[in-house]
Amino acid sequence: MRYSIINVLKQGLAGQKGWQAAWRDATPKPQYDVVIVGGGGHGLATAYYLAKLHGITNVAVLEKGWIGSGNTGRNTTIVRSNYLLPGNEPFYEHSLKLWEGMSRDLNFNVMFSQRGVLNLCHSDAQRDAYARRGNAMLMMGADAELLDADQVRRMVRGLDFQNPRFPITGGLLQRRGGTARHDAVAWGYARAASELGVDIIQNCEVTGFVRDDDRITAVETSRGRIAAGKVGLAVAGHSSLLAEMAGIRLPIESHVLQAFVSEGLKPWIDTVVTFGAGHFYISQSDKGGLVFGGDIDGYASYAQRGNLPVVEHVAAGAVALFPALGRVRLLRSWGGVMDMTPDGSPIIGKLPIGNLYMTGGWCYGGFKATPASGWCLAHTIANDAPHALNEAMSLERFARGRAIDERGAGPRPNLH
Amino acid sequence: MRITCPYCGSRGSEEFTCLGNTPPARPADDAPVAAWVDFVYLRDNPRGPVTELWQHVQGCRTWLIVTRDTRTHTVAKVELASRATGR
Amino acid sequence: MTGARRLPEGGRIDRGTSLAFTFDGKPLQGHPGDTLASALLANGVTVVGRSFKYHRPRGLVGFGVEEPNALVTLGPGARTLANTQATMVELHQGLDARSQNRWPSLAFDVMAINGWASRFLAAGFYYKTFMWPPEAWTAFYEKVIRRAAGLGRASHEPDPDHYAKAHAFADILVVGAGPAGLMAALVAGRAGARVILVDEMPALGGRLRHTARAIDGSATTLWLEATLQELESLPNVRLLPRTSVFGAYDHGIMAAVERVSDHLPAETRGALPRQRYWQIQAKATILATGAIERGIALAGNDLPGVMLASAARAYLHEHAVVGGQRPVVFTTNPSGYVTALELMRAGVDVQAVVDPGPRVDNETVVALHEAGVQLYWHSTIEQAKGRGRVQGVVMADDVGGRREIACDQLLLSGGWNPTLHLTAHQGFRPHWDTKLQAFVPPADVGDITVVGAASGRFELENCLADGLNDAVALCRKLGFSAKTPTLPKLQENVPYTTTACFAVENASGGKAFVDLQNDVTVADLELAVREGYKSVEHAKRYTTHGMATDQGKTTGVVGHGVLAEILKRPVGEIGTTGYRPPYTAVAIGALAHHHRGQGFAPVRRTPLHDVQAKHGAVFFETGLWHRARYFPEAGEDMAAASRREVEAIRSTVGIADTTPLGKIELMGPDAQAFIERLYCNGFSTLKPGRARYGLMLREDGMVMDDGTVWCFAEGHFMITTTTANAAAVMSHIEFYHQYYWRELDVAYASVSEQWAGVAIAGPRSRELLQKLVDKPDLSDTAFPFMAVAEGRVGKVVCRIARISFSGERAFEIYVPAGYAADLYDRLMAEGAPLGIVPYGLEAMGTMRIEKGHVAGPELDGRTTPADLGLDRMQSRKKPHIGHALRDREGLLDPARPVLVGLKVVNAKHRLRAGAHLVPRGAEPIQSNDQGHVTSIAFSPSEGRYIALALLARGTDRHGQEVDAVFPLKKERVTVEVCAPCFVDPKGARLRG
Repeated sequence: MRYSIINVLKQGLAGQKGWQAAWRDATPKPQYDVVIVGGGGHGLATAYYLAKLHGITNVAVLEKGWIGSGNTGRNTTIVRSNYLLPGNEPFYEHSLKLWEGMSRDLNFNVMFSQRGVLNLCHSDAQRDAYARRGNAMLMMGADAELLDADQVRRMVRGLDFQNPRFPITGGLLQRRGGTARHDAVAWGYARAASELGVDIIQNCEVTGFVRDDDRITAVETSRGRIAAGKVGLAVAGHSSLLAEMAGIRLPIESHVLQAFVSEGLKPWIDTVVTFGAGHFYISQSDKGGLVFGGDIDGYASYAQRGNLPVVEHVAAGAVALFPALGRVRLLRSWGGVMDMTPDGSPIIGKLPIGNLYMTGGWCYGGFKATPASGWCLAHTIANDAPHALNEAMSLERFARGRAIDERGAGPRPNLH
Repeated sequence: MRITCPYCGSRGSEEFTCLGNTPPARPADDAPVAAWVDFVYLRDNPRGPVTELWQHVQGCRTWLIVTRDTRTHTVAKVELASRATGR
Repeated sequence: MTGARRLPEGGRIDRGTSLAFTFDGKPLQGHPGDTLASALLANGVTVVGRSFKYHRPRGLVGFGVEEPNALVTLGPGARTLANTQATMVELHQGLDARSQNRWPSLAFDVMAINGWASRFLAAGFYYKTFMWPPEAWTAFYEKVIRRAAGLGRASHEPDPDHYAKAHAFADILVVGAGPAGLMAALVAGRAGARVILVDEMPALGGRLRHTARAIDGSATTLWLEATLQELESLPNVRLLPRTSVFGAYDHGIMAAVERVSDHLPAETRGALPRQRYWQIQAKATILATGAIERGIALAGNDLPGVMLASAARAYLHEHAVVGGQRPVVFTTNPSGYVTALELMRAGVDVQAVVDPGPRVDNETVVALHEAGVQLYWHSTIEQAKGRGRVQGVVMADDVGGRREIACDQLLLSGGWNPTLHLTAHQGFRPHWDTKLQAFVPPADVGDITVVGAASGRFELENCLADGLNDAVALCRKLGFSAKTPTLPKLQENVPYTTTACFAVENASGGKAFVDLQNDVTVADLELAVREGYKSVEHAKRYTTHGMATDQGKTTGVVGHGVLAEILKRPVGEIGTTGYRPPYTAVAIGALAHHHRGQGFAPVRRTPLHDVQAKHGAVFFETGLWHRARYFPEAGEDMAAASRREVEAIRSTVGIADTTPLGKIELMGPDAQAFIERLYCNGFSTLKPGRARYGLMLREDGMVMDDGTVWCFAEGHFMITTTTANAAAVMSHIEFYHQYYWRELDVAYASVSEQWAGVAIAGPRSRELLQKLVDKPDLSDTAFPFMAVAEGRVGKVVCRIARISFSGERAFEIYVPAGYAADLYDRLMAEGAPLGIVPYGLEAMGTMRIEKGHVAGPELDGRTTPADLGLDRMQSRKKPHIGHALRDREGLLDPARPVLVGLKVVNAKHRLRAGAHLVPRGAEPIQSNDQGHVTSIAFSPSEGRYIALALLARGTDRHGQEVDAVFPLKKERVTVEVCAPCFVDPKGARLRG
């Protein structure tokens, strides 16, 4: 049933009895043209675009738990395209444009809220770096504005202009950036893909690949062997483990990133703000919780939990930026497992096995990339060649000396 | 987390920094580029026991090889990097 | 009128003293010993808040941290504290509490209209609409939804309170001071272990405080008092009341928050912190966190007057307060019966006890029967009825009959849930115990020992026995000789039995809530399942069940039970959602503790800070450092001052603080070999008495840092690093030596803090410096460009190099840090006749740009030596860090931007760093982008803005014009490309 105000009213009168399952809970068929491993936003988006744009509908999405149970359901929901480098920015800007049309495209309100993303700067050097980035964004067709301290003060209430350790000197604002409802992205893509014939198979864990020379012929799963024409991996956080099943080592370390949400409050902050002098960012969910986070813990982990040094550091960032937050309570914290790459940029493309493809290495920026990641992986799978948007994001870039190092931190995954 | 530095004893992990998984052995100076690419970029990244390089940066500044389980964070072993083999 | 009131006697309150407080502005009275919740009940206030979505009136449900409804806002202005559980607020004189989420008043709330529209507002309705027109979501719909959502309102003013942090180490941490925890602490304390006993409530005792049972033949209170007295007398035992252990972290670290002064009126808090954050490291932890009673989903279960049976019992014993005069108890387990009996004995007219399970006969049941209470087995309460509060219930009996029972309160006990959060934080997934109808921790929870109700052993006798036995075992394991005391004696032990009952179906159509705070109903869960959100996590996320500030403490498991019934699967198979820290919400200020305001990060000042301030320095932030930026004279702004400083240096002499540069001393037979590998350029020919510029690469061939290498003697060097990378380079050196190149015989140490000093630059620098320096001889022949020496200033040792960042004849001199200020003063005094100026980073930056020296903006981690025009430096003869990957195709791409100089063609034009370079007249779009401006300065020598930039194929383009575009300000400035050196390209002044 189509989602619309009319149907919401009709179903309200009918006791909500007429709604059907958002997606078919499929059981695996013996063979698919394309098997996507990973039922998060990226995998489901890949399946959706394969079906919608490339006419490939004999597609399965295999999810070891429930869809959206990985990083799709445990991130801080920020969407932006404020990147510097030409290997990144056009991709993220394409993603942002897909976000802008997503609710209508999927007929599922993902609550994409273009409330603006404001990166604060605290020194001339930082302002210059933001100027370079903002100019690059504009030159690549995105939007950007450079704010001075007064403009920042007028835009965001509660910032510390009285006694800051690092004075706020301005900021880089992307008004089209914002937040979205993370779970809804998985559900929306699942529903739309399912409607186009894609099989979404939950509780189906991939345990190995069956290979024939240089091709994968089938995937072994907890629900049996499934033959596959092509296989796409969309399992960021666990990319190394799946690649290892195919005998491939990746330039990835898995790290834990913690995120935090406060008790629900009446509207307190209307935009997304990042602190330039400490690892801290914050926004407010539509439900009222302040959603915030900081840096990764810094050690490899698959445990989906972090430790206190980062908790304290993030809290200190919160109070340093917004002294009023001292009285606000942290309600819940959690950890997600991130594929950290040696240049901080993702890997979307072919792997060194004929019909194996991946999207991964998202560090902690995967959520905003969801639509474009699926869009590009679908293109790459359908054409057996990358799209111009993800050409630079190949696995080979490291060997070729073409890292996309947005932060300039070099080949150490936990520094990105 | 707590890490037991062989010199300083059990300390909070906030005194340490982690470099990451121990890389493969550093190739010979004249090794082919491919070997260097492996060394600099590729990681095993296992789910389970892993060896990592940590420095007791706010203590004795010793570099350590820590064997830690990435599923549970349990530390099985801490050795001096200067005694490690396979580097 | 409600039946809520204070009983004439009993409770642990100080009836002799009255405390005045207000609720929604209305003046009320309570007593010391009251919480806000008990005081409200005592005053007959039963509606305490409005719900999140439907704005339904809500009353008190719980007694402690489990309370979902009674959230209030406390405090004025900057001290506003939203979403505070009234159950956890200790009453004090002058307390001012306001209800939340209602307008204009608690009694009449306009948004209660949502309740009427609720049929359209089912779970997830917002995913299905508000999609048209496209812009309207952010511009309109979301604004309306955000305003309606949220609970309390937080202030934007700085938090005026302060917070503390403490580390504690112990042998045994006991979490929870109920019967099991007290017993455990007592045993361990007596055995001599260092014990910390923590409890979230203001007074220790837990549920022992809420029972009329006798221990060892006398009132529980006596046993409790004696136990607490003994614990207080033990020097090895630390008691921490008002302290919540909110998280279990790796390797046994427990995080807690102590509410130090929240319970005091603001004017009496003195210098106390508001709260203290504890990190507790114990060899072992005993978890005696007890259990929390859960409700039952039935129509109208959110009416004010529906309360947990355990809460009614707690209010009775603790505060002598009852929430109703004629309650009905609906219970699945023995505790509801006990509550009924204790209320009866306190004079409350219990109307009925209803149990979905079979008849059980025990002393409590007999006593209730004798007291004339109606007892119904195999029966359920289907509905609570009433307008604004409970006025009756509908009971379905065992033969299908229905009857209404008039009452003013419905007390629910749907069973007990062990408080197992801390074990789950560490990844130990709870499992479903069918007999207990509860999730319990698994047997193995690592280093944690779970005792009593927290492990599912709910009976008092088992709590005491667990606390005793497990503590004895643990003490022995830790090497303490614990004695086994005799167990206290109890009468009438009733084993815990329960009947599964999560929700009661009803035909009334009334809402049956599974999450009171977030307004989630059984129907919402049914809808979620119908729409495919069948996993417990999907259902939670779709309906928001268990996601409110109480995190589902009373009804989380109810929801899982209901979901299991809908899916016709066992609860154990459905599982539970994850438990994540914190157990109870924690003030962010406590977690930040003293890291706030100026304390957010350390401030680094050089030993020359004060003396530079004396000479008029204006300081600014660079990383953690406060550094002198310029030294204005009267009426000068930064541009004028730094221009004057540059001109003075180029004509006479100036001094600047260079202390923050990293300085690392290396000694040993292999020091030179080590340096050879660390830097990409050659050092084998560096002789004692000479310095050399060096470039360090990362393994990937990118420039990591630059600096100078000073050779004092064979095997004795000092290297300087950039300020920003000082720490990273030190770690880098330690790493390569300790791990890869341990065979090298070299020792090294950071001496950054030991040596402080200045750069002395300008044509007359030598003349000035020689006045102070006794040795060496600084003449151009004896001490030429790039000479270094250890010398003396009077009796003070110094290190001098003739190196130049400014392009002028210049020296860097370092003395032991304590002498640096004196040196600076003396240089200023001796230099006065020469016209010396102190200069800051602004002038230094201008001069380095004029000379084309690269710094942070050029060394951005993405540039190779070749990009910076330094390819010639890179040795091809020796292995060094970064040699192996430098020839990868991407690094040799001739289109890579390389370092150039720029000058504006029109001297009136201003140039900005961060501008991008495009061909003359070309559109500012990506396909025209050829590079960017890294550093800019107004060059006094050129009389115009100049810049360093990275420009594609820049080396071949000297003399060409390009446009520097700055789309953020819609600016375009034409610049001429030139060599990156604007002053003295041959270096005559440098050497002369």
